[in-house]
Amino acid sequence: MHGLQYIVAAGFFQSPEVQVALMVGSAVAVTSAVVGTFVVIRGQSFLGHALGDVGSTGAAGAALIGIQAIWGFLSGGLVAGVAVDVLSRRPRERDVATGVVLSSMLGLSALFIYLITQLSSSTGVTQEILFGSIFTVAPRLVWPLSVLSVLALMLIGFLYRPLLLSSVSEDAALSRGVPVRLVSLLFLLAMITAVEQSALVVGALLSTALLIGPAATAIRFTRQLGYTLLLATVFALADTWVGILLAYNSFTWPPAGRGWPVSFFIVAIMVFLYLVSQIIPRAPSRRADKGGDSQ
Amino acid sequence: MAVEPAITMDQVDVVLSGHTILRGLDFSIARGAFVGVIGPNGAGKTTLIRLILGLIHPSTGTIRVLGMPVGKGRRRIGYVPQSFAADPDLPLRAKDLVGLGLDGERWGFALPSRSRQQRIQEMLDRVGASAYANEPVGTLSGGERQRLLIAQALLTNPDILLLDEPLSNLDIRSGHEIIELVDEIARERQVTVLFVAHDMNPLLTVMNEVLYLAQGRAVVGSVDDVVQPEVLSRLYGQPVDVLRVRGRILVIASDSVVPLTHFEGVAHGQPSSPHL
Repeated sequence: MHGLQYIVAAGFFQSPEVQVALMVGSAVAVTSAVVGTFVVIRGQSFLGHALGDVGSTGAAGAALIGIQAIWGFLSGGLVAGVAVDVLSRRPRERDVATGVVLSSMLGLSALFIYLITQLSSSTGVTQEILFGSIFTVAPRLVWPLSVLSVLALMLIGFLYRPLLLSSVSEDAALSRGVPVRLVSLLFLLAMITAVEQSALVVGALLSTALLIGPAATAIRFTRQLGYTLLLATVFALADTWVGILLAYNSFTWPPAGRGWPVSFFIVAIMVFLYLVSQIIPRAPSRRADKGGDSQ
Repeated sequence: MAVEPAITMDQVDVVLSGHTILRGLDFSIARGAFVGVIGPNGAGKTTLIRLILGLIHPSTGTIRVLGMPVGKGRRRIGYVPQSFAADPDLPLRAKDLVGLGLDGERWGFALPSRSRQQRIQEMLDRVGASAYANEPVGTLSGGERQRLLIAQALLTNPDILLLDEPLSNLDIRSGHEIIELVDEIARERQVTVLFVAHDMNPLLTVMNEVLYLAQGRAVVGSVDDVVQPEVLSRLYGQPVDVLRVRGRILVIASDSVVPLTHFEGVAHGQPSSPHL
């Protein structure tokens, strides 16, 4: 047990901030990994990223009127999600609509953040909104955040087959009576929940990292959706835990002895895992017969 | 009691955002027929398919599918889309894709069961796809993907099979294999087939009827009755010539040198398959 002292700095598991961070971080990691897998499959990474960015507008607004950041993130995401959906009548318009909504919301964000700095003469809030605040999450938020995670996961469980079918072939899904539009709207809700929760942990700018990273890495190693979801979850959890641990340890690091940002560690680990997955060659084909088409 | 026709259209017009896409469709298709749905781009082939599936509704007229109003008959139609979106990393194996044909529209996820596995496996065997049952769909060729889509559409034992341009991404040989496969399965299971294609020639040996679409109008009948200069000229609203060369048919507008349908087969000098 003594060796552990060198890896885990003293007081890690006793610290209430760390306990809250581990609980919230785990809930967020699982939701992001599961939702993110479908985001990658559906090619909606840009929308995922935009939802995180626009969350900052909501969170800055929340800071101005003095409510918890998470509610600001969630309302920012909801407003943007609805706006993108209304503006993109055709699938091809989605990226353009996303870009328009993203820039208009970020413009508002610039104003809010300016007002915050003018009114409070502190840069701490801005830093937390953009780059995360897992160590300052109020303990009373653990419950609502966990409930949100469970709801998002249940939603994905409910949508599972129609969502998969409509991601692969919208026409086939329509022909079988799948309400494709409703499915994609409900998925958008799950996406907003996942992105905005992870914005709270790693910040608005980096929330895509937790959403896309573990999923994109897991997809390289698996060929069945069930295993992809499982492996993405494992990556996301390990990444978040190690990130929190390193951030805690870094309180004794230079230059200031105040600890490095958690989001730096989480993203660094994620990028490392992703790069490794790209280098390792994919498992070879297990085809029974190389003949292919002609039988 | 007489058997209801597979599809009946009674004076059907389709108007979408102010444009009349299909007009005066009035025909019926007998059970068990193999119908080639032929026509140039923009003639309304995809609209016709969507109409039969109940995804769009006629502005006037009525459609019955297997004697039922369209929406209700949908569960007895198997639909084969042109292709599907899949990059090589997509974590979906061939058999998972086919499995979505069994219950892909149901909420929640499928619990593994032996009878489910068995039905999927039998269908994979039937379309000759068992060799790549465990491969990710994104790594498969166009012909292989088409087999999987056919298997997916057939899993619920439909009475009607709608194929939307299944040949469009295939080379000639895979195309012929797909046509043969559909023909065999259709006979075996007494399925009515509507096979949408750009060019009727590859289908000449298998289809009993042609549904020729042009300018939003349709004529239905045997190839010999429909593919005639007078009939097609009336349909296109301009003079059309029909040339029959070595068992192949070329439809040419008189005022143009460009054939109205496309003839890869001729360019490659492939005779049509002699078997039936």
